[in-house]
Amino acid sequence: MNEGKYDIIVIGAGHAGIEAALSAARMDCQVLLMTMDIAAIGRMSCNPAIGGTAKGNLVREIDALGGEMAKIADATGIQFRMLNKSKGPAVWSPRAQNDREAYSVEARRHVESQANLHIMQDMVVQLFTEGGEVAGVETAAGIRIPCKAVVISSGTFLNGVMHTGLKSRIGGRFNEPPAIGLTASLEKLGFVSGRLKTGTPPRVDRRSIDFSQLEEQPGDQDPEPFSFQTLEVTKDQVSCFLTYTNQRTHDMLRTGFDKSPMFTGLIKGIGPRYCPSIEDKIVRFADKGRHQIFLEPEGRDTNVVYVNGFSTSLPAEIQCEAMKTVPGLEHVEMLRPGYAVEYDFFPPHQVKLTLETHLVGGLFFAGQINGTSGYEEAAGQGIVAGINAALRVKGENPFVLSRAEAYIGVLIDDLVNKGTDEPYRMFTSRAEYRLMLRQDNADRRLMKYGRKYGLIPSDVYDSLLEKERYVETLSSYVDAKSVPPAAVNSYLEQVGSAPITENEKLSQLVKRQDVSLSDLLKLEYFRSDSLPMEAAARADVVRQVEIETKYAGYMARQFEEIERFEKFESMQIPDGFDFRRVKSLSTEATEKLNKVKPSSIGQASRISGVSPADISVLMVYLH
Amino acid sequence: MLDNNDTIAAISTPPGEGGISVIRISGANAFAVADHVFLGRTKLCEAPSHTAHFGKIVDEQGGLVDEVVVVTFRAPGSYTCEDVVEISCHGGYLVTQRVLERSLSAGARLAEPGEFTKRAFLNGRLDLSQAEAVADLIQSQSDAAYRSSVRQLSGELSRKIKGVRDELLNLASLLELELDFSEEDVEFANRKALQTRLEDAIMTVDELLASYSVGRVYREGVRVTIAGKPNAGKSSLLNAILGDNRAIVSEIPGTTRDTISERVSIKGVLFRLTDTAGLRETVDKIEREGVERAKKEAKEADILLLVMDLSEHDYNGTEPLYSELEDVCAREGVKLVRVWNKVDLYRTEAPRVPQNGYIFYVSALHGDGIDSLKNGLFNLVLGENLNESSVVVTNARHRDALSRARKSLGYALETLESGKSGEFVALDLRSGLNALGEITGEITTEDILNNIFSRFCIGK
Ligand SMILES: Nc1nc2c(ncn2[C@@H]2O[C@H](COP(=O)(O)OP(=O)(O)OP(=O)(O)O)[C@@H](O)[C@H]2O)c(=O)[nH]1
Ligand SMILES: [Mg+2]
Repeated sequence: MNEGKYDIIVIGAGHAGIEAALSAARMDCQVLLMTMDIAAIGRMSCNPAIGGTAKGNLVREIDALGGEMAKIADATGIQFRMLNKSKGPAVWSPRAQNDREAYSVEARRHVESQANLHIMQDMVVQLFTEGGEVAGVETAAGIRIPCKAVVISSGTFLNGVMHTGLKSRIGGRFNEPPAIGLTASLEKLGFVSGRLKTGTPPRVDRRSIDFSQLEEQPGDQDPEPFSFQTLEVTKDQVSCFLTYTNQRTHDMLRTGFDKSPMFTGLIKGIGPRYCPSIEDKIVRFADKGRHQIFLEPEGRDTNVVYVNGFSTSLPAEIQCEAMKTVPGLEHVEMLRPGYAVEYDFFPPHQVKLTLETHLVGGLFFAGQINGTSGYEEAAGQGIVAGINAALRVKGENPFVLSRAEAYIGVLIDDLVNKGTDEPYRMFTSRAEYRLMLRQDNADRRLMKYGRKYGLIPSDVYDSLLEKERYVETLSSYVDAKSVPPAAVNSYLEQVGSAPITENEKLSQLVKRQDVSLSDLLKLEYFRSDSLPMEAAARADVVRQVEIETKYAGYMARQFEEIERFEKFESMQIPDGFDFRRVKSLSTEATEKLNKVKPSSIGQASRISGVSPADISVLMVYLH
Repeated sequence: MLDNNDTIAAISTPPGEGGISVIRISGANAFAVADHVFLGRTKLCEAPSHTAHFGKIVDEQGGLVDEVVVVTFRAPGSYTCEDVVEISCHGGYLVTQRVLERSLSAGARLAEPGEFTKRAFLNGRLDLSQAEAVADLIQSQSDAAYRSSVRQLSGELSRKIKGVRDELLNLASLLELELDFSEEDVEFANRKALQTRLEDAIMTVDELLASYSVGRVYREGVRVTIAGKPNAGKSSLLNAILGDNRAIVSEIPGTTRDTISERVSIKGVLFRLTDTAGLRETVDKIEREGVERAKKEAKEADILLLVMDLSEHDYNGTEPLYSELEDVCAREGVKLVRVWNKVDLYRTEAPRVPQNGYIFYVSALHGDGIDSLKNGLFNLVLGENLNESSVVVTNARHRDALSRARKSLGYALETLESGKSGEFVALDLRSGLNALGEITGEITTEDILNNIFSRFCIGK
C-alpha cells in the first residue's frame, strides 16, 4: 500500500458509493473504494427494480451528469415500463425490473474497469482528521490509509440490526455483517447520529406460485432506455403478476402481533410512511379489506420472486402462513423471510449542499447515511458527493444543483434544510418546479455539468448540441407557421378536434388537447412546405418542441416563479457567518440557522422555524 | 398644517396580523424617545443606522412590558427621511398599545393616519401613487377596527381561511395521489367532484374578498355628507350628532361657506361627517362654488344626509335641487337619507318614526330624534353589509394574498375543466395554497404529503 497514493476514499460500494467512486476517478483523482465484500458491489438490497415515479427522473439526471446507474439498469433490465403515460409529460417516469444478480455483476464490471479506481475489501473503523480536515482512515485489519477526502456511503450497515419476529441479528443485509466502529468514530468528532428503520419482504420460489389466476403486468411494447446514451434495450421482457391480500391474510398476520418487533417496541428506529410493512398497513388502514401485492421475478435465470407489498418483520412462520391465504400463493414456498433492519444515520443538517460535512473538511456523506431510502436517491447523492470530493481535492469551486434545475437539487436541499425523521423518498410533488424537471429533458438540463467535469464524453455532448439546434429550428418553424384549413381539417376531424375556418397558427393547434405535433408534421401539407425535415424526423426533437408549445402558458408561470426563487437564492450569506451576530433574530431562528448554516437567503427561508420576519431581519442585516 | 418637525409615533403594522407588531417613531427626537422606554445593551442614540437591537420595553415602575427588537434608521436613510426607530413587539393588541403609550408619554405625539407616508412624501421619498398605496395600509383608530382585529386575533378569519386551505389541501392531495402513487391500489378522485369542490372553495375566497370593502368601513370610517338648502339646519345637525358646537350656526342663510369635516364614533364605527354649504341656485360666486363642492362631496360619500326644513314636507320631492342630488346618489351608489329637521317648530300630525331606515325626523336644536338617527346610520352601514359576527378582511396584505389566491384558483379551475392532467391543475392550486399560507403562515409541500400518507394506504 503506497503512502499517499489515494486522494479519495469511498466507504461502501452500494449505489451511492459506485457513483461517487466512478465520478471522482473520472475526474482524475486516485480513488479507493472500500467494501466489506467485493461480491456485493452494487447489490440491490430490496426490490429488484430501478426507477418509478420521480425516481426515474433521478436516474435520468444521474445519467445526464455522467453517472452509471442508467446504463447498468438498461443492460440488466428484464422489464421496462414508462409510468404515468396517460398523464402529462412532467410526471412520466421510467421504471425497470432488473435481474438482481446481473445488476451487481454489471456494476462490478463498470467499477473494476475504471482507471484510477482501486478496490479494497475491508471495514473502515475509524476516521482520522488533522486541523478539522480529513487525514485518513483505519481499517479493521489495522491498516491506516491516508487520503484527502472521504465519502461515506454506508447504506444500512452502520450498526445494522435485522429483526424477524423477536429474533434479532446484527447485520446490514441478509447474511452480511454490520459495520461497527465508524459511528462511534464520527460521534467522537462531534457528529450526531440517529436511528432509522426499513424493511424488506420475503422471497418465494417461482415454481410454487399458481400464476393461472393472477393478473399479468407485462412491460411496454416499445421499451425506452434510461440512459441518453443507450440506443436500445431488450424487447424480450418478463412479466410481473398482481395479487391481493384478503381478510384471512390479515387475520393470520394479527396472530403474530405479539411477536412483532415493531409493536412490542423492540424496534426504535422510524420507518418510512410510504413503504409501510404489511402489519402496519392492516393496523393503520383497518377498514381496507385488501392490499395489493406485486410478484416480481428477481431475474431471468432464477426462481427467486420478490413479494412486493408484503414487507414484514413478523415471525417467519407467520409470514409464510399468511402468504398462503393469498390467491396464487396457496402452496408457496418461502425461500427466505422478510425482515426489518435498523441502522445509524446522521441527520442531514450536518452536511452542506455539496454533501460535505460542516464539521470535517473533506468528509462527505451520501445515501442512507443522510436519511434517504432508495437506490436512486442514494446514487444521486453519490455522484454529487464524488464530484465535490474531486473538486475539493483539486481546489476548485464546488458543485451544487438548485431546486429549479434538478430533482437531485430538490433532494439535497430538502435534506439539508428540512431534515427528515423517516427515510426520505423522492416524489414528484416535492419538486415545486416539476413541469421543468422532466425525465425527457434531463440531458438538456444537466449534461452541461457532466461535460464540464469530464464525465460526459465530447461526442455525447456534441450530439446534445446538435439536438438543441434541431429543437431551435423546429420551434421557430412551429411558432411562425400559419396553416390553412384545407391542410389540417381532415386530421382535426379524425382526432375529434374542431375544424378551423381560416388560417390558424400551428402553435395554437398544437395547444389543443387531442392534437399531436408529430402527427401533424406527418401530413402531406408539411411534407411539401418549408418544414426543417431533419429536425422533424427526430422523434426526441419533435417531442421537446411539442411539450414546450403545448404547455407554454403553464411553463411561463412556472418560469416566473423560478425567477422569484432565484432572486433570493442569489442573495449570498458569507461562509461561516455566525447568526448570533444578528441580535434581532428569534431564538429559534438563530438556533436553526446556526445549525444548518445556509449559504443564501433563499436557502434560509426554507428552514423550518425561520419566519418571514426573520428573513427580513437577515436581509436588512446583510444589506 | 401639523408641525413637521415634532416626533410622531404609531403602530405601523395593521392590527390583527398576529406575530410581530411594529411601532414606528419618526422625527428629530425619535432616538431620545426610544431610549426613554427601551432598555438594551447599547444606547440607541449611539447606535449606527440600520442596526437591530434586542431589549425590553419597561413601564414607569421599571416593570417589563415586552421583549422587543428595535431597528434604527438615521436620517435620511429611513422611510420618512427622518430619524426613525422601529420597535417590533410580540403583537397582541394590549401589549402593542402599551408599548405605543410608553412612547407617547416619553414625548412623541400620536401620528395621524397616513402621517408617516405624508412625511415620506413631503421629504421627496415617495411618488404620489406609492404614498397612496402605503396610506391604504394605515389603519384608522376607530374602535370597530380594533374589534375587527380582535376578532382576527381570536382566529375567526384565520379559521375561515384555514378551512378553505384545508379543503384545497385535500384537493391537491387527491391530485398528487394520482401522480405520485398511480401504481397504488387506491381509488382516485372523480374529476367532476374535484371541480365542484374547487368551485366552492373559490366562492369562499370571493366572499372573503368582498368583505374587504366592508372592512374598509372599519379602517377608514363611513363617509357621510350633510347637504341641504341654506338654513335647513345642517350645521346644527352636525353639532347635534357630535354633541359639540363645532360648526357655526346662524339664522342667516349661507352661513357655512366652506366644508367642515369631523369624526365621530357611533357604537364603535367611525363616521366622518362633512358639513357643506347650503344648496341653492345662485349667482353669488362664492356660494356657487360651495354648491359645486357640496355636489362633489356627495359623490365621494357613502351616505348623503339630505337635511330639509319640515315646512317643505308638503312639496317634498318636487324640488329640482333634490332630484339633482338624488340622481348623483343613484349614479354613484351613495345611500340617500332624508332628515326632516325642526320638528319642534311644526307640531303637526306628520309621522315621526323613521321609515325604511332612510327617513328621519329630528330637532337639531333640541336633540329630538338624534339618537334614533345615529342608530339608523349605524344600522345602515352594518345591517346590510355584515352582522357583528361575520368575518371581515380588514388588512390589505391579507386581501392581496387572497386576491392572488383567487387568481391562481381561477387558473386551476380552468385547467381542471379543460381536462388536462393533474400536475397542471396542481401547479396553480399550489400557488393558491401558498398565497393563503402567507396569511396563516403554513408551508405546502409537506402538508400535501402528510395528508396523503395519513389518508391513503400507500406503499408496496
Ligand atoms: N327651532 C329650530 N331651529 C333650528 C333647528 N335646527 C336649526 N335651527 C335654526 O335654523 C337656523 C339655521 O341653522 P344652521 O344650522 O346654521 O343652518 P345651515 O343649514 O347650516 O345653514 P347654512 O350654513 O346657512 O346653509 C339657525 O338659527 C338654527 O338655530 C331646529 O331643529 N329647531
Ligand atoms: Mg351651516
